[in-house]
Amino acid sequence: MTAADKRLVLAHWWLSFALFVCALFLGFWQFWFRSPIPPGFGTPTQYYISVTAHGTIIAFAFTTLFAMGFGYAVTALTTGAALRWRTGAWQAFALACIGLALLLVAIVSGRATVLYTFYPPLVASFAFYLGLTLLVVGSWFWVAHTIASFYAWKGAHRGQTTPLGLFMVTATAMLWLWASIGAALELLFQLIPLSLGWTDRIDVGLARTLFSWTLHAIVYFWLLPAYIALYLIVPEEAGGRLYSDPMGRLAFVLFLVFGVPVGLHHLFMDPEHGTAFKFVQGVFTVFVSLPTLLTVFSICASLEIAGRLRGGRGSLGWVTTLPWGRPAMLATGLAAIMLGLGGLGGLINMSYALNSAVHNTAWITAHFHLIFAGTVVILYFAIAYHLWPTLTGRSLHSVRSVRVQLVTWCVGMLLLTLPWHVTGIMGQPRRMAFFDYTDAVLAPTAWLTTLSLLGGTLVLISGLHFLWNLSLARSSEMQQVDVRFARPAVSNAHVPSALNGFALWNWLTAAAMVAVYGWPIAQFFIYPSFGAAGISVGGPP
Amino acid sequence: MASTTGGASSGAMDAKIIREERRWTLVMVGVGIAMTFFIAATSLIFMSHPPSNVERIDPDRIHVSGEFIEANLGTELGAGGTAVVRAVSRIFNFDPSCLIVPVGTLVTFRMTGPDVIHGVMIPTTNFNTMIVPGYVSKVTTRFDRPGVYRMPCHEYCGLGHHGMWAEIRVVEPKDWPFDKARVRCDRG
Repeated sequence: MTAADKRLVLAHWWLSFALFVCALFLGFWQFWFRSPIPPGFGTPTQYYISVTAHGTIIAFAFTTLFAMGFGYAVTALTTGAALRWRTGAWQAFALACIGLALLLVAIVSGRATVLYTFYPPLVASFAFYLGLTLLVVGSWFWVAHTIASFYAWKGAHRGQTTPLGLFMVTATAMLWLWASIGAALELLFQLIPLSLGWTDRIDVGLARTLFSWTLHAIVYFWLLPAYIALYLIVPEEAGGRLYSDPMGRLAFVLFLVFGVPVGLHHLFMDPEHGTAFKFVQGVFTVFVSLPTLLTVFSICASLEIAGRLRGGRGSLGWVTTLPWGRPAMLATGLAAIMLGLGGLGGLINMSYALNSAVHNTAWITAHFHLIFAGTVVILYFAIAYHLWPTLTGRSLHSVRSVRVQLVTWCVGMLLLTLPWHVTGIMGQPRRMAFFDYTDAVLAPTAWLTTLSLLGGTLVLISGLHFLWNLSLARSSEMQQVDVRFARPAVSNAHVPSALNGFALWNWLTAAAMVAVYGWPIAQFFIYPSFGAAGISVGGPP
Repeated sequence: MASTTGGASSGAMDAKIIREERRWTLVMVGVGIAMTFFIAATSLIFMSHPPSNVERIDPDRIHVSGEFIEANLGTELGAGGTAVVRAVSRIFNFDPSCLIVPVGTLVTFRMTGPDVIHGVMIPTTNFNTMIVPGYVSKVTTRFDRPGVYRMPCHEYCGLGHHGMWAEIRVVEPKDWPFDKARVRCDRG
């Protein structure tokens, strides 16, 4: 990796991590504010501003910047060449920064308190929507760069199998492109005209449907960098081989095909869609678990190779011989615990009828914090730790300190989210600035919420500890060592051509989108919608 | 550096790995099909579907004419021992803010709103729906335990969202005010 490319990746990551820690402080304060032992400062209006900032930063900025930085790094490392359009990449980064500044100013000034999911007919200031659009356009440059790098490599190496890492990053970029189209259409054709006063009504059903297109696929865009780490970094750090290269490719293209046409499951409880397409997208949601189940198999098999190479015997003896003290290995183990628990919760959410027991309760917020902030983010930490020596030429000051940070994150997350799930079942709705804990229904949730607050405290400390660990990395002899990615046990010389490109999978995604989103979107144009008048929200905090 | 330059294993090893992967994949597809079957079967057997009536209404006129004018809001006993509840959600309250329904009776809720998106649930029951301006949300359920339940708005609807809680009383037939055609408990 060239020094200039490293600087590009580091710029994305430092900004990403700085925003992440800001969002942690906000999230912590939000939990404290609505707990039975509130801090005594802040107002409900500031609470909703904080929720908007926390969600927008995490959903659109922290994750996107992290994925872009990681994507550039994997592209450079797996192709073994300098990035193609580095100047353009810096310009795209600058554009994203301008967008970010605009939307943060809009949020902090209290004129964009619409949460990160927009909720029209509430209307935020134009700066909020423009800022988000610029941020997304900046990320689209990264998408274009990744796809161009993939096809350039293929063109220059005719008849060869593309590097697995490059293939996976390209799948991630394509998924993000597919995912972002829904929200982009909502922004460009509905929200921006409304915020500028060009229109005064909005078709709320259509807006929710377009956002649902983005809302679930974006989750897989957050997840895939973590999965890339599972396939490429973890088997290598465990001292083994990746069990199989084609299986990894298959998992990633399945995310591409099944990841987008499932968004309607966020609208199960909505009145603007009938049962048929809700059920069909519910079925797609069942099958989007398939690539995760394939990944679980591949990673366990890869780790078994490593464990046996290290002397493990018997059907489970190899588990104990794995190098659990190494950061990526430890993070994988902790992520597996959180993924297992979170996955069980996910089964309830996706169930077409059972969803009514949990929709918009605290259960949902707890669920995605466990899956995303737990499983995914702990693997982001592992990625950052693993690539840090390559990127900065400095080695981590203390592996022990890294271990403590990872374990604290996991313990904090479990303590935060498990009681939080229960409060949802007991009747806490989500997104509320405070609760009357003297009420007979909410009183039993008071001690659980306090327990969660304790978990949140650990999470905040662990997040700061992460930044501390990165800052304290010291100069060492590791300077010129490029990170190594896992090699597959099965030769990848005979990867089917379908798994060496994306044409088939993009066509399948397009066909699936037409099949399951065609009518749900077309109905708004076929039947007259009354729409609703835009209502500006907010004011000075 | 390339991550993918050849594995060291033999062709036999390749074949074994691919065979195992195929087997696992088939089992997992089977699990998916089984889950789909369960979801479909339970929702059909118990007729448990999400609210999906797709009924359009002009949100600017609900208070002026039609089903949701003030005089129509509340609980109305229908033929055959069923009940219909009509309510409106607006920033930041439900109208009526206190509902009363008979225990063990099929109750159909019909709700809509004039302004922004709201949602409503009754904790510890399966009553849950979004309320989107321009649409009527319809949920049919039955309450088996008498008591006083909370009914919060569960979707962010603006800066006063946290104050949007209503109450629903599930009462025994003997406590039911049969002398009235339409009942609500917020104003007697």
